[in-house]
Amino acid sequence: MNKYPLWKYVLLAVVLLAGFLFALPNLFGDFKAVQVTPRDGQLDPSVRFTVVEALKEAGLSDVELREDDNRLLALFTRDDDQLKARDAIDNALESRQNIIAMNLVSAAPAWLRSFAKPMYLGLDLRGGVHFLMQVDMEATIKSAEERYVSDWRRDLREQRIRGVSVGHRNDRISARFRSAEQRDEMYEVFRRDAFDLDFDTREEGEFFYIDAKLTELAADEEKRAALQQNITTLRNRVNELGVAEPIVVQQGLEQIVIQLPGVQDPARAREILGATATLEYRLVEGTAADWYAAGNSGTAPAGSRLYTQRLDGAPILLSQDIIVTGDQIKDASSGIDQQSGTPAVFVNLDGKGARRMQAVTAENVGNLMAVVYIENLIDYKEVDGERVKVTERVEEVINSATIRDVLSHRFQTTGLGADEAANLALLLRAGALKAPVEIVEERTVGPSLGADNIRQGFLSAVAGLVLVLIFMAWYYRVFGLIAGAALVVNLILIVAVLSTLQATLTMPGIAGIVLTTGMAVDANVLIFERIREEIRAGSTVQKAIDAGYEKAFSTIADANITTLIAAIVLFSLGTGPIKGFAVTLSIGILTSMFTAILGTRALVNLVYGNKRGAKLAI
Amino acid sequence: MMRNLIHNSKIDFMGLTRSTWIMSGALVILSLLILLIRGLNFGLDFTGGYIVEVGYPQAADLTVIREALATAQFPDASVQNFGSSQDVLIRMVPQEGADKALVSQRVIESLAGTTDGELDLRRVEFVGPQVGEALREQGGLAVLSALFAIVVYIWFRFEKKFSVGSVLALVHDVVITLGIFSLFQLDFDLTVLAAILAVIGYSLNDTIVVFDRIRENFRSMRRGSPAEVINTSINQTLSRTVITSLTTLLVLSCLLIFGGKIISGFALALIVGVVVGTYSSIFIASAAVLRLGITREDLMPVEKEGADQESVV
Repeated sequence: MNKYPLWKYVLLAVVLLAGFLFALPNLFGDFKAVQVTPRDGQLDPSVRFTVVEALKEAGLSDVELREDDNRLLALFTRDDDQLKARDAIDNALESRQNIIAMNLVSAAPAWLRSFAKPMYLGLDLRGGVHFLMQVDMEATIKSAEERYVSDWRRDLREQRIRGVSVGHRNDRISARFRSAEQRDEMYEVFRRDAFDLDFDTREEGEFFYIDAKLTELAADEEKRAALQQNITTLRNRVNELGVAEPIVVQQGLEQIVIQLPGVQDPARAREILGATATLEYRLVEGTAADWYAAGNSGTAPAGSRLYTQRLDGAPILLSQDIIVTGDQIKDASSGIDQQSGTPAVFVNLDGKGARRMQAVTAENVGNLMAVVYIENLIDYKEVDGERVKVTERVEEVINSATIRDVLSHRFQTTGLGADEAANLALLLRAGALKAPVEIVEERTVGPSLGADNIRQGFLSAVAGLVLVLIFMAWYYRVFGLIAGAALVVNLILIVAVLSTLQATLTMPGIAGIVLTTGMAVDANVLIFERIREEIRAGSTVQKAIDAGYEKAFSTIADANITTLIAAIVLFSLGTGPIKGFAVTLSIGILTSMFTAILGTRALVNLVYGNKRGAKLAI
Repeated sequence: MMRNLIHNSKIDFMGLTRSTWIMSGALVILSLLILLIRGLNFGLDFTGGYIVEVGYPQAADLTVIREALATAQFPDASVQNFGSSQDVLIRMVPQEGADKALVSQRVIESLAGTTDGELDLRRVEFVGPQVGEALREQGGLAVLSALFAIVVYIWFRFEKKFSVGSVLALVHDVVITLGIFSLFQLDFDLTVLAAILAVIGYSLNDTIVVFDRIRENFRSMRRGSPAEVINTSINQTLSRTVITSLTTLLVLSCLLIFGGKIISGFALALIVGVVVGTYSSIFIASAAVLRLGITREDLMPVEKEGADQESVV
């Protein structure tokens, strides 16, 4: 007799029901939504009111609104309505306080949404932009080491040692002395509180050197901090762009992955994410005559630096001391200057910056102050047949004006174009990148291709399933039908697990599901062939069933574990879409073991378990 | 009654090994030669560069597009139809100078004049050369580490000779699949690499089923030479081998036909891999086990046998 205890049926029923429920949200499809998220995280009732009014005005009445997770969603079924609503809401709401983005949200009923979500679709299925950014770690280390250069110069001044040249050359900080005594003296001084440096001394010709590099530990810490801060800054910038459900994560030790679902304009995203623009405020030195003299000779007098003016390319001298840097800007917005009618950036300094600005301007009323616009551009050049990365730092004076009054924390800067002003304000708000980044990979999938991919993936999955079902039913008859039922349940379980884990479903992921459909029946084929063998060998029906399942089990386990090993290796290789394939394949292997062994056995027992001497339709 | 594609087969597989080894050896050497001479047609993922896929409202005029691109200083761009006459795929190698990420932007802009209707921007991809290089290394590493992990598992679960046999079969499958991709210069991208790893998984699946039966039969068949035992095992599992390959090929054909161009390379690699893998589990893996001199003693369970051993024959 082949009977399963009641608890096994209960277990199967529970798994089946749970699988069905968790897979269910995927049947409802998506609403096209306009999403309003308040920047401070608190959804104000007035926002809802404003949105309703704005939608009414745009001729979109009876719009379904939904509030969850502190966001307000206006739901639509048509793309046009969504776009219209986005523009209307964008105009009506203060974008400084709210992030307005387009999104796809589940159309499943509320009771279902409360515990189950549909699968998370990858960019290749829903459309969007993917960036891989390489953080320039060489530059990070270099700038960290350069901080010591000024420490060394200070030490030398304090020790009254002159004629020493200090600088950052060939990836190390280097000080060149004329005598060994001075060198040895300073060696002790430099080492006193520089725990992060590895020191070295050497002699070359008539000179004596101290070289230093960051220790490996310190360099790693420096890199880690740069990466973390860049991620924070990039997250802020992505939020400024108004993207729903963005992903900004670390990949490896030097790279950052950014995924912006639904974004159709990679140019704008690229411009904002990779930008390094920032501002500096400095006092102007000397007169116009001094500037041109310095411009012609190419050298600046002591204490000042030579710049060019953006407007006419003319030279200008600025003080070596910076009053305020972009880091000290707490908030910024762009608009139009009331007096000149030109675009302006309105800047709000933090406490430290404001105090410094106040002190400097109080002493310098009547003098000129300049605003320097700084940008890092990365380029590749061919040098001796090798590709060399060149970071070019562009520094331009965008405006210089007489200080009329003492400035404190709020003031404005003109001299930029309207777009530039808007972008700069955004960048100042989001914070500067600690290390320069470079986009090393970009993938944009348009919405039409995403929709095609879903359609084609779905079609091949269904076609594959139907063919396998027909074949199995023809070849194994009742047992084939049972295996087919298990296969369908297996698919439901895969979808349920993917939905619950919120793993990303990609096109290769769908391919993995399709492949699993073909391979999952293998377990049943193994079992059924065994049963046939047993029957041929003269076994009774009940014995044959039992022996078939029994003997096939270890084979099935071995075969699946090795496939699982391959899938895990694939996962660890892991770039985006391929990971998706590995995930669905692994899940498929595990769920198919359950359905093909336990599930079919339950059905077989149900159909044949009580029939002594029955003939098997296998 | 039972439907049988294969029933009671008594094929002398091991007797065929001389000719199949010569054939496989020749195929492997040929594949290696082709790989050496023609190399793989690495896709964007591995080489770096640009891909822009656009959809035109009507059939696209490739000549006009090429001219537009040449005017925009992209004379080396390769322009071809992709899937349909309305879809156009533009490929370019990494460009020197200029802001890398902006190149695709300029390509798109230069296409604006090539149609009166609206262009549907379907896909833009840019992969930096350093990323491609890293992926090539990682890819090779992944295949090798998968093979290694599997050797260890089979050694642990079966026996050294089985381990060697299965790896021989896997290398055979991977080399021939790669050879076919090289021969026809099919695009070798990341999804194809994933397919190669899936081929390893599948082929192994097949091999293990046969091995399992060989082990079982060595323990239960009192008579018969190792060649006879292996022959019996393969014949007993032949029906299963064929049916599973058939269902897998069924779904893969669906993927190839309906899945679209992006996934077609994946489906093709797996189709080749499944066919070769099915063959190799019989003629390479099992034959190698025989050649390595497997004996009944190799497979006897360590514990005292008897009580739990059923007699099948």
